[in-house]
Amino acid sequence: MELPALSLADVQARLRAKEVSPAEVLRALDARIGQVDPQIHGYLSRDLDAALACAEKADVSLPLGGVPIAIKDVINVNGEPCTAASKILQGYRANYDATVIRKLRAAGAIPFGRCNLDEFAMGSSTENSAFGHTRNPWDTSRIPGGSSGGSAAVVAANEAFAALGSDTGGSIRQPAALCGIVGLKPTYGRVSRFGLIAFASSLDQIGPFTKTVRDAALVLNAIAGRDPQDSTSLDEPVPDHTALLGRDLHGVRLGMPREYFIEGLDPQVDAAVRAAVKHYESLGAEIVEVSLPNTEHAVGVYYIIATAEASANLARFDGVRYGHRAADATGLLDHYGRTREEGFGPEVKRRIILGTYVLSSGYYDAFYLRAQKVRTLIRRDFSEAFEKVDAIICPTSPEVAFKAGDRSDDPLKMYLADIFTIATNLAGIPGLSIPCGFAEVDGRKLPIGLQLLGKPFQESQLLQIAHAYEQSTDWHKARPALV
Amino acid sequence: MSLIPTIGLEVHVQLKTRSKMFCACPVEYGAGPNAHTCPVCLGYPGALPVMNEEALKMSALTGLMLGCAIPEVCKFDRKNYFYPDMPKNYQITQFDAPICQGGAVPLHDFAYPKDAQKSIAHPGKKVRLTRIHLEEDVAKSQHFETSTGIDFNRAGTPLMEIVSEPEIDTPEEAFAYLTALQQILVYGGVSDADMERGQMRCDCNVSVRPEGQAELGVKIEIKNMNSISGVRRALAYEIERQTAALQRGETLIQSTRRWDDDAGQTFQMRVKESSHDYRYFPDPDLLPVKTSVFMDEVRARRPELPAEKRERFVTQFGCTDYDASVLASDQALAEYFDAAAKGATKPKSVANWIINDLLSALAAAGKIIADCPISAHALDELVNLIEAGTISSSQGKTVFAEMFASGKPAAQIVEEKGLKQVSDLGAIEALCDQAIAASAKAVAEYKAGKAQAINSIKGQVMKLSQGKANPVVVSEILTRKLAE
Ligand SMILES: [Zn+2]
Repeated sequence: MELPALSLADVQARLRAKEVSPAEVLRALDARIGQVDPQIHGYLSRDLDAALACAEKADVSLPLGGVPIAIKDVINVNGEPCTAASKILQGYRANYDATVIRKLRAAGAIPFGRCNLDEFAMGSSTENSAFGHTRNPWDTSRIPGGSSGGSAAVVAANEAFAALGSDTGGSIRQPAALCGIVGLKPTYGRVSRFGLIAFASSLDQIGPFTKTVRDAALVLNAIAGRDPQDSTSLDEPVPDHTALLGRDLHGVRLGMPREYFIEGLDPQVDAAVRAAVKHYESLGAEIVEVSLPNTEHAVGVYYIIATAEASANLARFDGVRYGHRAADATGLLDHYGRTREEGFGPEVKRRIILGTYVLSSGYYDAFYLRAQKVRTLIRRDFSEAFEKVDAIICPTSPEVAFKAGDRSDDPLKMYLADIFTIATNLAGIPGLSIPCGFAEVDGRKLPIGLQLLGKPFQESQLLQIAHAYEQSTDWHKARPALV
Repeated sequence: MSLIPTIGLEVHVQLKTRSKMFCACPVEYGAGPNAHTCPVCLGYPGALPVMNEEALKMSALTGLMLGCAIPEVCKFDRKNYFYPDMPKNYQITQFDAPICQGGAVPLHDFAYPKDAQKSIAHPGKKVRLTRIHLEEDVAKSQHFETSTGIDFNRAGTPLMEIVSEPEIDTPEEAFAYLTALQQILVYGGVSDADMERGQMRCDCNVSVRPEGQAELGVKIEIKNMNSISGVRRALAYEIERQTAALQRGETLIQSTRRWDDDAGQTFQMRVKESSHDYRYFPDPDLLPVKTSVFMDEVRARRPELPAEKRERFVTQFGCTDYDASVLASDQALAEYFDAAAKGATKPKSVANWIINDLLSALAAAGKIIADCPISAHALDELVNLIEAGTISSSQGKTVFAEMFASGKPAAQIVEEKGLKQVSDLGAIEALCDQAIAASAKAVAEYKAGKAQAINSIKGQVMKLSQGKANPVVVSEILTRKLAE
């Protein structure tokens, strides 16, 4: 097997055994990117020289020693571009490392490559990037999901061993599902947000895209933990997330939420997920039906809270201190107006306007305050369900990857792509997506994702449950047939 | 139509923390532009705020000193508006759950302007507070010919806003409010509260209404005062302007005006169209603060306040109300007096020496109490020498001047100058006999009923003693001897 096709654990084992050097790994990866990425456009930029400089000092005895990891272009890496796929940050270079980058470096990893995304992580298809769409490696006429579509696509296309993304309403899990890889959104507060360009602060969480469940556990080990620079990161002990991998599932109870198996769910997705449920039964897990009655409100609540927070979070992009600045402004208002008019794309503007509206005096109580109350009910749904089960099992996305351009004119239909992932962020619980089969569409094989949701800070158990399935199936071994 | 004014004050106070409100940048004035900045206080992408607990403690301490309620939980909100001096285009502040609620600033007589202390309308008045909240300061803009520069050193420094109820009746009360508040802030060590240096800033809301009308008149806000006396002048001007306008039958409109101290006038800055919608919402980057975590520490830090000190100086040391208030007006001075009074046989005399001699000597030398060349203990020694009759009070003045100039102890100066009063009765009696014998004419006059003739004999005795004889003792002896 060629180097880029290896899993993170396998390439690290070879690095550790000195069978290959970090520089050789980087060059092999760079060659693969050069060969494949023109079809995918998963990367916005990469700096091989900077990475090679890190490779020279890499300590391969560390857990991620010498392994390059791709970074969503919304996480600050000192000295590198950080555009959020927006014109407003075109040319901007980060002047500090995000905490996750500091932690990755401390674990021996080498940040390499900036992954495409929907502008400011707003979208579900990566079509909202100001710098071109990312294509799904399984069918380049289709979208890879979003907003972390670049991160998902490069891992699926063997252009990265692992990538970091961010998940605000499904932005890790949905593209992982649509690209046939593993994507993990940790518990809110598990991973520091310091250095992640904020979309919706109370929902954002950084997590890994990987080829295997074990790899996800390894990356989580490196990036998890309390950060004094992020007040919302929590002081929970960080276990070794690989510790439970390989344990059997006897006594494990999985809940099937009836609200997640609905009309409108793609029949092939429905069938694959139900087959996965049966498979879990055969592995010794007990399946219990549960109810999450407030799920139906999740999309509405999400688009109020997320846009409200975004409207303030994105106010700092004004061309005064950094980023795009409109030329020849006639005054302050003209400067603000044109800088932001020119800098932001339509979806970002739509959400800023929506968020501004729901916070306006006279509307605040009816929208923002009420949404917070419903958010509490959604959280309660999950904690009640978790009294009966260890994890929840459901589809990640109601459908497989759709054709590029199919939804761009219909934001509401696009918003429904996250219908199964959004409630997780509102509740703050961890969730992951793993491959569980393929749909046949127009003669092409398109990946289907299985979503597992866990109790707060129980990522280890979630990974154990995912690992048991992965190790007894072959879905994760399939890779798209690119040249 | 008789019109009465109503004034409410919003005071912004810079806290004396070492670092900024939400980042580790130092709070230090006078550094070069943008020397104290980082991704957090410049609002760079991805940077997050982290609460400065000391700022919370200082605000809670202010609340304790002013008798505010400190709720168990307070929270921080985002106030949204665009302005280049605001790095994030929202300010982190406290909207509906501030750190302190209620409380009051007591106005003591000596906080009023000197010329108004004789005619205080409401002695002992307390101006109630609405709330105190904590927020981050903004940057400073500097306008050049064709551009504007922004210095973010001040951006993100902790700022406490103290909001009074609209129940200040006169410019003099506003003066007293600010003076009393300033004293308390300095006592608590939370701020140097110097208005001229921008450490304390004040916005005034002032309106006038016909007497007997319950509803307040049209609110006018005045900004840009940089001294407490400037606030008084601005308010006096503004009340007169509004009164005259109403009496001419004009209608006032809600607006903001700028005080020009040189011109002695306020000028309209902007008319309030509709109230700005700041779209406040809880900052999701900061968790609500549980005040109980640090309140024990804050309670232990509460100092004795000016009013409490004044009262104690009167009861413990027998000071007059005036002396006590002068001594308590400055924390360092109060500490000096406390130290001196404790070792003095007559604390009231110590108070007199401080107020009559020490303060003027300091003023003349351009010094403050912190660099006073006479220690509290040294002053005690001087006062005790006088009280014991070792030197006279007029000799005391000489010794004091020498102490102030050289820093030498009183006893040494008395010794060196040979100033010790002779109170030895035997020695003085001998000198008196000598003087009586040499002043036959004066003795005859005295005995003939001319009482003041004794003075020339007394002068003889003092001369013979080279000024060292205790004059009181000399008078006694002469009177006795001449009556024989
Ligand atoms: Zn800073």
